Amino acid sequence: MAGYVEMFRLGKTYDTKNGPVVIVEEFNLNMSQGEYICLLGHSGCGKSTVLMMAAGLNPITTGGIVVAGREIDGPGPDRGIVFQSPCLMPWMTAIENVLLGVDQVYPHGTKAQRRDIAGYYLSLVGLGASLHKRASALSQGMQQRVGIARAFALKPKMLLLDEPFGMLDSLTRMELQEILLDILRRDKVTTLMITHDVDEALFMSDRVVMMTNGPRARVGAIFNMPFERPRLRAEVLDHPEYYDYRSRMIEFLQEQDHKKLRNDIARHSSSQPAVGKELESVV
Amino acid sequence: MNWRGKALRFCEVTGLPILEPFVRLAAGEDPKEQFVGIAKFVLLPIAAMVLFIGLWSVAASKVVTDSAQLPSPSSTWAAGKQLFAMHWKQKQADRDRKIEKLKLARTLVLQAKQTEIEAASASEADKAQLLANVEVLRVKALQAANYTPASAPTFVDQIFTSVKTVFFGFAMATLIAVPLGVLCGMSSWFNAAMNPFIQLFKPVSPLAWLPLSFIVIMWMYSGSTGETYFSKSFLISAATVTMCSLWPTLVNTTLGVASVDKDYLNVAKVLKLSPLQQLTKIILPASLPLMFAGMRISLGVGWMVLIAADMLAQNPGLGKFVWDEFQNGSSMTYARIAFSVIVIGVIGLLLDRVMIFLRNLVSFGNPVAA
Amino acid sequence: MTTELAPEPNFLAKRPAPPPPIIEMRGVVKGYGSGVTRTEVLQNINLNIREGEFLAVCGFSGSGKTTFMQLLAGLLLPDRGVILMEGEPIAEPAPDRGLVFQNYSLLPWLTVRGNIALSVDSVFCQWSKGERRDHVEKFITLVGLSHAAHRRPHELSGGMRQRTSLARMLAMKPKVLLLDEPLSALDALTRAQLQDEILRIWEEERQTCVMITNDVDEAILVADRIVPLNPGPRASLGPTFAVDLPRPRNRTALNHNATFKNLRGAITNYLVAVRTKSRDDEAAQSVAPTFVLPDLRPKDLRAYSKAILN
Repeated sequence: MAGYVEMFRLGKTYDTKNGPVVIVEEFNLNMSQGEYICLLGHSGCGKSTVLMMAAGLNPITTGGIVVAGREIDGPGPDRGIVFQSPCLMPWMTAIENVLLGVDQVYPHGTKAQRRDIAGYYLSLVGLGASLHKRASALSQGMQQRVGIARAFALKPKMLLLDEPFGMLDSLTRMELQEILLDILRRDKVTTLMITHDVDEALFMSDRVVMMTNGPRARVGAIFNMPFERPRLRAEVLDHPEYYDYRSRMIEFLQEQDHKKLRNDIARHSSSQPAVGKELESVV
Repeated sequence: MNWRGKALRFCEVTGLPILEPFVRLAAGEDPKEQFVGIAKFVLLPIAAMVLFIGLWSVAASKVVTDSAQLPSPSSTWAAGKQLFAMHWKQKQADRDRKIEKLKLARTLVLQAKQTEIEAASASEADKAQLLANVEVLRVKALQAANYTPASAPTFVDQIFTSVKTVFFGFAMATLIAVPLGVLCGMSSWFNAAMNPFIQLFKPVSPLAWLPLSFIVIMWMYSGSTGETYFSKSFLISAATVTMCSLWPTLVNTTLGVASVDKDYLNVAKVLKLSPLQQLTKIILPASLPLMFAGMRISLGVGWMVLIAADMLAQNPGLGKFVWDEFQNGSSMTYARIAFSVIVIGVIGLLLDRVMIFLRNLVSFGNPVAA
Repeated sequence: MTTELAPEPNFLAKRPAPPPPIIEMRGVVKGYGSGVTRTEVLQNINLNIREGEFLAVCGFSGSGKTTFMQLLAGLLLPDRGVILMEGEPIAEPAPDRGLVFQNYSLLPWLTVRGNIALSVDSVFCQWSKGERRDHVEKFITLVGLSHAAHRRPHELSGGMRQRTSLARMLAMKPKVLLLDEPLSALDALTRAQLQDEILRIWEEERQTCVMITNDVDEAILVADRIVPLNPGPRASLGPTFAVDLPRPRNRTALNHNATFKNLRGAITNYLVAVRTKSRDDEAAQSVAPTFVLPDLRPKDLRAYSKAILN
C-alpha cells in the first residue's frame, strides 16, 4: 500500500577528510494521511538528517521522498517546518512573521483575508493579545508558539517538527504539546516530529519510530501507541500500558548507548587522540 | 503606565541614561533610588567637569612661554563668545549691505522706467541713446538685486562647512560601501576578488589620499569653466572623508550579510521568497545592526580626518580656521584654538550620538549600550 | 486559592517527628522595582528546610525560581518576612551555604584545580598550604576529574564543567547545598549521569540540599520532598509532595514502581493544572480580537526560486 508520505531507501553520505561517512542508510517509512509519527533517538543519530532531507534543506544522497504523490526536490511551503530554535525574524512583530509566509502562499487572497489567516492561527496558539509584539520581546515559549502558527497558517501537506520544544523547560514543553495536539485536532496534518524525550513521543504520536545510532542509522523499532485521541495527559499517564512502552523505549535507547560507548572505546584504543574528547563528553 | 514605557524606551534608544531617573521619578517610583540615579548620571559628571576646569585653570597659569600662554577656561570662553559675536555682527553687516543694495536696485529700476517713458516721447536721435541707457540701468539693477556679500567666512560658517563636508563624504562612502559590502557578504567569489583591495587600502592613512584626490578633482574640473555646483576644495575634502570612511562600513556590512543566521535563510528557502524579497525582508534587516555599527565608526573616523585634511589642504572648514589662527598669532589665537577644539569635540560627540540612535533603532528592540 | 488543585492526601508530607529545620522561611515577599512599577515575584513563602533532607523545588521558568535561590543564598534580601538559618537571619552570602548555578560560573583563565583552589584558599585560609592542596585534590577525585585537573573550562564538556562547579562548592564544606537548575543546560545522557553523581556524593555526607529543577523525573529521583512553585508573578509554594521511595534509587527500576508512577502523575497533573489556571486568568484579563478563517487554498509554489545567500 502506498502511503501519503513515502520515504524509500533513504540514505545520506557526507564526504569528509577521512573519506565518505554514511549517516543514514536504507531508511524506509510510510505515513498515512493525518498520521503523527515521532522519530526517537539520541542526538547525533541521524534523525535530524532525515527530517532535513524531507524538508528539502539537505540534499538526498540515495533513495527518495514522495509527499502526496509528488517527489520532493527542494524546500517549499507545502511542508511546514518548526525548528528547535524558533527562528523568527526578530525585527518583525508576531503577526508580521506569520504574514511573511502567508503573503507568499495566498497571493490570490485580499490583504484582509491574509491578516485573518495569520490572526486566526496566532489566536489558536494563545497569542491573540500579542499580535503586534516584536518577536524579540517574546519569551522563548511564546516565540515557539509563533513558529507553530507560522507553520500551520500555510496549510501544509506535511508538518516537520525538529525537536520543537527541545529548548524549553519541561513544563512549558507540556503546555505547548497540548496546544499543538489541539490544533492538529482541527487541522489534521501529517506530522513527522523529532524528539529525544520519551514521554513527549508517547503523548504525541500514533507511531514511534526508534532509530539506531549512527553512522549508518536506520529504523530500529516501531511502536504503535494504544492511547485514544483526543488525548488527556492524565489519562495517558494512567493508561496501564504507558510505563510498559516507556520502559521498552528507554531500554532501546540504553542499548544504543552501550553500543555507541563500545564503538567509541574501540575507536579510542585504536590510537586517534581526537576521539578521546568525544568519549569524555559521553562519560 | 504606557507613556513611562515609551519614555524609558526613548532614553534607551537615544543612549541618554541621564533622563532615565527623571522619567522614573515622574512615574512615581521610589524617589530615593531615583536620586541615586540622578547623582550618578548628572551630579557626578558635573562635579568631574568642575574639577577638570579647575585643573585646567591651574595648568593655564603655569604653562607660559615667552610669546604665549596656555589659554585659561575663562579666556577660552571669552574667545568663544567673541567668535560668535563677530559672526552675528558680520551677518548683520551683510544683511544691511544687502538691504542697501536692494534699495539701490529699486531706484535703478525706477530710473530705467523713467528713462523708458522719456525715450517714448524723445526724438529719434536721442531715443537710441536713451534705450541703451535703460539697458545699462536694468543690468545694474539686476546686479544689485543679486548681490551676495563676499566677506570672509566666520567661525560659525566654518562649522557648517565642515559638517556639510563630512556628511557629504560620509554619504558617498555609504552609497559605495553598502552595496559593495552586501555583494561581498553574499558571494564569497566577489569577496575574494575584493579582499586584496580592502586589505591593502584599509590601513592607508586617508591623508595620503589627499594629493591623489586633488589631482582627480582638478582633472574632473579641467574642462569646465565658470560656475559649478560644488567647489573644488569642498570635493577634495569630501573625497578624503569618503576614502577613509569607506572601510569600516564595507567590512561590517560584509560581516553582517555573511553572518545572517542560517535559520532565517532556511525560512526564506521554505517560503520560496523571491531574490528581491530575500534581500529586503531577510538579509538587509538582519545585517542592519552590524551595518550601522560600521557606519558609526566610519563617521567618527571621517570627522577626525576631515579636520586634519582641512588643515593640510587649506580647504574651508574648522581645520583651516585652527591653522589660520595658529599662523596669525594674535593675542586671542590660543584661546580661539582651544575653543575650536571644544567645538570639534562637541560636534564629534553629537555625530556619534546620532549614529548610536540610528543603530539602536534597527537593533530589533535590544539597544546596545553605548 | 489552589485548594481544589491539591493532590490526593497520601502524598502530602506527614512525617511523625520531623527533625528541627536548618532553614526557615517565614512570610517571605520579594519583588523588583518600586512605587507603581513594582512587580511582585514571590508572595508569602513559608518553608521549613530540615537538617539533612534533599528538597526539590519544581517550578516553571519565569516563576521566580532564581529569586528564590538567591534569597536562600543571601544574594538578595527579602522585602518582607524573614529567612533564618539555624535561628540567625540570613543577611549575606556565606560559605556555609554553597551555591551551584546553571551556567557553571567558572573563571575561564583558571584550570579545574585553580578554580577549586581559589575558593578553598579563601575559606580555609588558616590551613597550611599542604592541607589545602590535599583538600583540593580530594574533591577533584570525588567528582572524577583527576585526569582533567589541569584543563581550563573551555577544554571541558558541559558535564565536566558542572562537575568542577560542584566540586568547588563541595570543597567549601557548606552545611547547605543550593543547586539552581544545575543540570538544565546538559543533554539527557549527561544529565542522567550527573544526577547519579550528585546522589552518590550526597549519600556520603547527607548534607542538607535544596535543588531547583523544572524536571519532575529529576525531582522524584533525587528528593525526599518536592515543593512546587506556582507560576508567577506573585509566585507561591504549592502543597508538599513526600517522596517515599527507598534509597539508593535506580532510574530503570523506578519505571516499574507503583509509587513512582502515582507520584509522577500527581505532580505533573498538579503543575499542568496550576499553569492552565494561571493562563486562563491571564486570558480573562486581556482582550484579543477574534478572527474568522477565510476559505482560501494555498497557492502551489512549484516554481523554484533560488536562494541568493547560502
